[in-house]
Amino acid sequence: MKPFTYARPNSAAEAVKAFAAAGRDARYIAGGTTLYDLMKLGIERPEHLIDVTAIRGLDRIETGGDRLRFEALAPMSAVAADPVVGRDYPVLAEALAKAASQQLRNMATVGGNLLQRTRCLYFRNGAGNPSSVGVYPCNKREPGAGCAAIGGLDRGQAVLGQSEACTAVSPGDWPVALTAMDAAVEVLGPSGARAIPIAELYRLPGATPHLEFMLAPGEMITAITVPKTPAGRRSTYHKIRDRESYAFALASAAVALEMEGERVTRAHIALGGVATRPWRATEAEQMLAGQPLTAAVSLAAGRAAFAGARPGRHNGFKIELGARTVADALMIAARRSA
Amino acid sequence: MPRKIRFKLNGRAVSTDVMPHETIVDMLTQHFDLTGARESCGQGLCGCCTVHVDEKPVSGCLSLAWFLDGANVRTIEGLADGDNLDPVQQAFIETGAFQCGFCTPGFIMMTKKLIEQHPKPTDDEIRHYLTGNLCRCSAYPEIIEAVKLAASRVGLRN
Ligand SMILES: Cc1cc2nc3c(=O)[nH]c(=O)nc-3n(C[C@H](O)[C@H](O)[C@H](O)COP(=O)(O)OP(=O)(O)OC[C@H]3O[C@@H](n4cnc5c(N)ncnc54)[C@H](O)[C@@H]3O)c2cc1C
Ligand code: FES
Ligand code: FES
Repeated sequence: MKPFTYARPNSAAEAVKAFAAAGRDARYIAGGTTLYDLMKLGIERPEHLIDVTAIRGLDRIETGGDRLRFEALAPMSAVAADPVVGRDYPVLAEALAKAASQQLRNMATVGGNLLQRTRCLYFRNGAGNPSSVGVYPCNKREPGAGCAAIGGLDRGQAVLGQSEACTAVSPGDWPVALTAMDAAVEVLGPSGARAIPIAELYRLPGATPHLEFMLAPGEMITAITVPKTPAGRRSTYHKIRDRESYAFALASAAVALEMEGERVTRAHIALGGVATRPWRATEAEQMLAGQPLTAAVSLAAGRAAFAGARPGRHNGFKIELGARTVADALMIAARRSA
Repeated sequence: MPRKIRFKLNGRAVSTDVMPHETIVDMLTQHFDLTGARESCGQGLCGCCTVHVDEKPVSGCLSLAWFLDGANVRTIEGLADGDNLDPVQQAFIETGAFQCGFCTPGFIMMTKKLIEQHPKPTDDEIRHYLTGNLCRCSAYPEIIEAVKLAASRVGLRN
């Protein structure tokens, strides 16, 4: 592993200062479950780590008032187990509980989760991976190198939002649920504090797949906010994976519904496991407004969500699987009482 | 540059100098001769490296040693009281819940916390809670039996 220095600031402001002082090739580290994993594999090679875990009071979960607020260092397991979140926003609690393992959820933070890196086999198969079978080019890992996933073993790759340069899936579950719920991210950076709608945090790969987030250098995530909505209780995170035990999503849907009787008045839908960023299914949302929620309508909405999908060689199944995942999620959410 | 950390290890106050890149498992094995938590996958997939930090199970292969400064750490070596095994250890032996035993410390450390949170665990609760632990010898049916046996005994004791 490349040697690195480290700092352990006691406040967010000090952390931002320490980052600026360290300069290029610095990274914040929270739970380390993405960053340290990729350092072991030789994919992330930071020269400076700014450990934010010693910052006190940046792990609060606030559920009073007109919004939910999760501070960046709250562990995934704590938010997943919060009774108000579980009762009023099951989509959020389920997205966390169905991710990773209990051990990892105890370590990983809800802030670091937003910036996790893809699990694309080719991205992870760099020279430092002890189980790698040769090194394949990856534009995300080495800009300009090429992409071996395109035309390669692409069963897990995206069918929405891919480019000529990259088809890697955005892996997280929590960011998908937050996207459906119109969350915002509070950040603190060298030029002060600001809030970013989550829809604007993630980039499409385009020609520069190594750039994934719309954060300025040194900006630190301090909290995530979710506006309260009556759709929260009628919500679910439905995740389909290769096995029931923990695994990343092949296809997932975060869904929340406002209904009058059998009729949908407003739908929130976002997709995971199928796209290069957390994917808002706007067409499907619009199609559902005013409709009675029957099985046929749900499936039509699922299909609408994938109308623009483009399959590769081995991942065409994700289009039908994804549409049915959305349909099932809608039916599950609708059965919950508001 | 090494850095001194102080923490509680199996009830005892300890201190040691750690390098920035050392994981909890590296440190436990190399500085304290504790080999119960061991690295297998090294990527957070298998649970063989599970230890408790401030009463929560974590994966020692992806956790940096310096995170432990000021923490309370328990490893499998801290469960037995002399020759008296912990009820969870005893239950794993009685049900034959292992073959090679490589995964066992991790499963036992998880089971300790599982039965605190679910005193009468169902099969589904056990499967969900232990999802991050893999047993290559596939002793899963016996492991589920062991968890239930341990839970029933701990329940009686309380
Ligand atoms: C085996 C395994 C299985 C997993 N399964 C799933 C799954 O099924 N679903 C899922 O969604 N996730 C899964 N994950 C991913 C896991 O959820 C993430 O690794 C975790 O949430 C990242 O949080 P962290 O605190 O550990 O981040 P770190 O690893 O510490 O950081 C991640 C990134 O964010 C940056 N960062 C961290 N905190 C901040 C901050 N406050 N401000 C700015 N930048 C910051 C770091 O510099 C780094 O680039 C899995 C991980 C593993 C190892
Ligand atoms: S060695 Fe840590 S989870 Fe496998
Ligand atoms: S007993 Fe051999 S790995 Fe579980």
